[in-house]
Amino acid sequence: MKQVISFVLNGDQMELEVESHWTLLYLLREHLELTGTKPGCESGECGACTVLVNGKAINSCIFPAMEVNGATVITIEGLAKPSGELHPLQRAFVEHGGVQCGFCTPGMIMAAKGLLDENPNPTENEIRHALAGNICRCTGYVQIIEAVKAASQTASQQ
Amino acid sequence: MQELGSVGKRVPKLDAADKVTGRAVFIQDLAVPGMLYSKILRSKYPQARIVHIDTSKAKRLLGVRAVITAKDVPEVRFGLMKDQPALKGQKVRSYRDEIAAVAAIDPQIAEEAINLIEVEYEELPAVFDPFEAMKEDAPLVHEENESNILKIPWKLVEGDVDRARKNSAFVAEDRFDLTWVTHCCMGTEGVIADFDLRNNLTVYRNTQIPYLAQRDFNDALRAMGLKGSKSRVIKTAIAGGFGSKLDTYAFEYIAILLAYVTRKPVKIVQTREEEFRYTSTRQPAIVTIAQGCDQNGKLTFRDISMTLDNGAYTSWGATTPSVMMMPISSLYKVPNVRYEATCVYTNNTWSQAMRGYGNPQATFAIDSNLDQLALEANIDPMEFRLLNANEPGEITPQRFRITTCGLKECIREVGKRLEWEKRKKKAKIEGRGIGMASLIHVGGGARVYKSDGCGTIVKIDDFGTVSVFTGATDIGQGAETVIAQMVADEIGVLPEDVTIINNDTDVCPWDVGVHASRTTFVAGNSAIMAARKVKERILKISAGYVDRWKDKDGNRHEIRLDEDPENLTIRDRVVCSVTDPEIKVSLGKILRGAHYSQGGTMIMAEHFYDPDNENLNREFKGNLSKTYAYGTHGVELEVDRETGKVTILKYIAAHDVGRAINPMLLEGQIYGAAAMGTGYALTEQLILKEGKVMNPNFRDYKILTAKDVIPVEPVIVETMDQDGPYGAKGIGEPGCVPSAPAIANAIYDAIGVRIKSLPITPEKIVEALKGKK
Repeated sequence: MKQVISFVLNGDQMELEVESHWTLLYLLREHLELTGTKPGCESGECGACTVLVNGKAINSCIFPAMEVNGATVITIEGLAKPSGELHPLQRAFVEHGGVQCGFCTPGMIMAAKGLLDENPNPTENEIRHALAGNICRCTGYVQIIEAVKAASQTASQQ
Repeated sequence: MQELGSVGKRVPKLDAADKVTGRAVFIQDLAVPGMLYSKILRSKYPQARIVHIDTSKAKRLLGVRAVITAKDVPEVRFGLMKDQPALKGQKVRSYRDEIAAVAAIDPQIAEEAINLIEVEYEELPAVFDPFEAMKEDAPLVHEENESNILKIPWKLVEGDVDRARKNSAFVAEDRFDLTWVTHCCMGTEGVIADFDLRNNLTVYRNTQIPYLAQRDFNDALRAMGLKGSKSRVIKTAIAGGFGSKLDTYAFEYIAILLAYVTRKPVKIVQTREEEFRYTSTRQPAIVTIAQGCDQNGKLTFRDISMTLDNGAYTSWGATTPSVMMMPISSLYKVPNVRYEATCVYTNNTWSQAMRGYGNPQATFAIDSNLDQLALEANIDPMEFRLLNANEPGEITPQRFRITTCGLKECIREVGKRLEWEKRKKKAKIEGRGIGMASLIHVGGGARVYKSDGCGTIVKIDDFGTVSVFTGATDIGQGAETVIAQMVADEIGVLPEDVTIINNDTDVCPWDVGVHASRTTFVAGNSAIMAARKVKERILKISAGYVDRWKDKDGNRHEIRLDEDPENLTIRDRVVCSVTDPEIKVSLGKILRGAHYSQGGTMIMAEHFYDPDNENLNREFKGNLSKTYAYGTHGVELEVDRETGKVTILKYIAAHDVGRAINPMLLEGQIYGAAAMGTGYALTEQLILKEGKVMNPNFRDYKILTAKDVIPVEPVIVETMDQDGPYGAKGIGEPGCVPSAPAIANAIYDAIGVRIKSLPITPEKIVEALKGKK
């Protein structure tokens, strides 16, 4: 079954036809060539595919594409400014060693953004809980958590 | 001594900006025009004869371009003992066995086609326990061998263990069991194979061994009858390695065969479930160990024998004893050593390299048993380790020449930070315990192949920007960044002036692969030496250079560089006098001068660095590495006696790293490795039931999450190794080696039970406590 949906993707108004069985991850990667959102497990367990739908971090690999009809979607490609200036979270991940292989990174940053948008000054515990669904095999999470803390501090100073 | 610019500083990873914006291209993200997608049909049984395969329905499915079985394509054998073909035609020996493959216009159609293939099997008796497999009447995995025991006789002997044992004042003996665990790279394995019209092959692959893979692929081309065809390996960004991509696998050859048959690029990317089921694991081991000491606590002997479940086929797992020998012979000073290992075919999964390459398994047994011996001898475990710690200048029983060694310092740092001595005197807090364990690992390359080399080409053009073509592979650890730092410092530019090119066997010089914690040491030395040649050439053309210019008021100026290159240097992108930095000319100007002149020249240099370490000889002895990395981990934890839950309160990870080239990346290696080591100790297990993986997902295979973060405190001990690049040693693997024994020792200290098999689950703790009562 096909359906035309319209939604806002990284600030752009979109209108396109989707199949009922498509996931949001499939739509983003295979049809819109937004490959920054990563397929880590495609069963909602690892968080590599996290994007924001109406401000909420979700696993796009198990989220039906049809359900973004009328919604606002932000992916990792929508964070840096067109000038190339990184989002404070992206900058913090770079500067604090929050990136190793980089495959979990886009999802991790989107999950962190979901948290900071809702709670600009989270405690370490709140950060850990917000990122609990995003698996990383390289970093042991320490420098990721430091990066999220640093980004929240930068944001609160501004 | 070099003037240090960026070396020693927390320089962010060069590729981090691409990775935080989603721009980095992993194999999952790569598409080649006209590409087909492949899926593989695997065995339904752990051991069976294939009677008949019917692919007719699959072939008829719309969108399918090819279906292949062993009958349809030339046999391509691969692996350490070449004991398997890419497609199995006669017999299957494990659930991993590949029987047929489909290429189709999309992955869904390929999957659908796989389900239409009908295979008739004749199920055969199978064997899943290595001890059962060694029995006379056991089912044979490879009938032609007439035995399940591999003909790889691992044996290391030094001194007289039996006599030493008789003369020991104290002896501790036990058995330890290590099971399957897996790498869990966040991006799964994948490949795209593509032939051109002359049958030259391009393989896009997230590999740790581009040049050895190229050799394997060339062998495959020969097996396919394609004489004179070449292969080229192009690496994508690599989403974690940890050893998993140190070999070539059937799926790569299947992609190559399908690409050849269809004349189209063919892509295979494993699903997460396939990754769990079909990635070669860390080598499991059953270890019996005895160690002894004299009245004063000096170690007298170490006697270890191991049985290794080899699984159905042979990959690098079967060679892990060569690295297990390292801690067995050379962790702490022990004069008499005996080690034997037997690898046995079964119908289970088979093993590969995984971070530490056998070292975590061996060290779990050694350092757990060392605490048992300390208890026998009534010596404090820290004092015991200090008493027997390795030292610089030592030659170990395996003929390792120890140059720098910071082991004692590491032990003391851990002791200090855990308040070891104070706590041992104080009354115990119920359920709390402390423990430690140490490690030795290769830190200056490892001559496991005939070469341990790495090539580098450095080129510097008009504007003073530097291109470094290196054979080294970045798997996320930051090889690109540390190489850029070292080259920048060596030449006299900034790390951001340096571009690393490392992804193409047609462009970059040769390297043996990213393994054995060798990249910073070997590729670093190689890059430094090439950069040094480039600098010399720049200084040579700078000698006597005259720079004339007019300022805005029309006044003429002239700067004349010294005629002797010895009196010149490069700092911050300018060539200047050693004695007067104000006599300077910008590097770009000099370089443009070299190009824009009669009989001009270009500035480029290469270097191939191969450390003069040694292959192990027939007795498995020799100086395997140019230098050795040491370290000690110490843990304070709490055990809930009711539930068996272990909470780590403090985790000190002290490492002799030679020199920290980039402390931020170095700490990243330690944090990540300690988390992986803790997972190995407490939570991770690939559960196999009669050869079948029962937990092929992240719900049931438990790696640590952000909620479980352990409070790792890295302690960097710098011993400034004389052979290391700027004094550095390797650090990739060491951080996950001593976690499990340190944790097991702390659990014993906390509740008085010793868990001798990993992972140390709450169930095992509760069970052991029941047994104790």
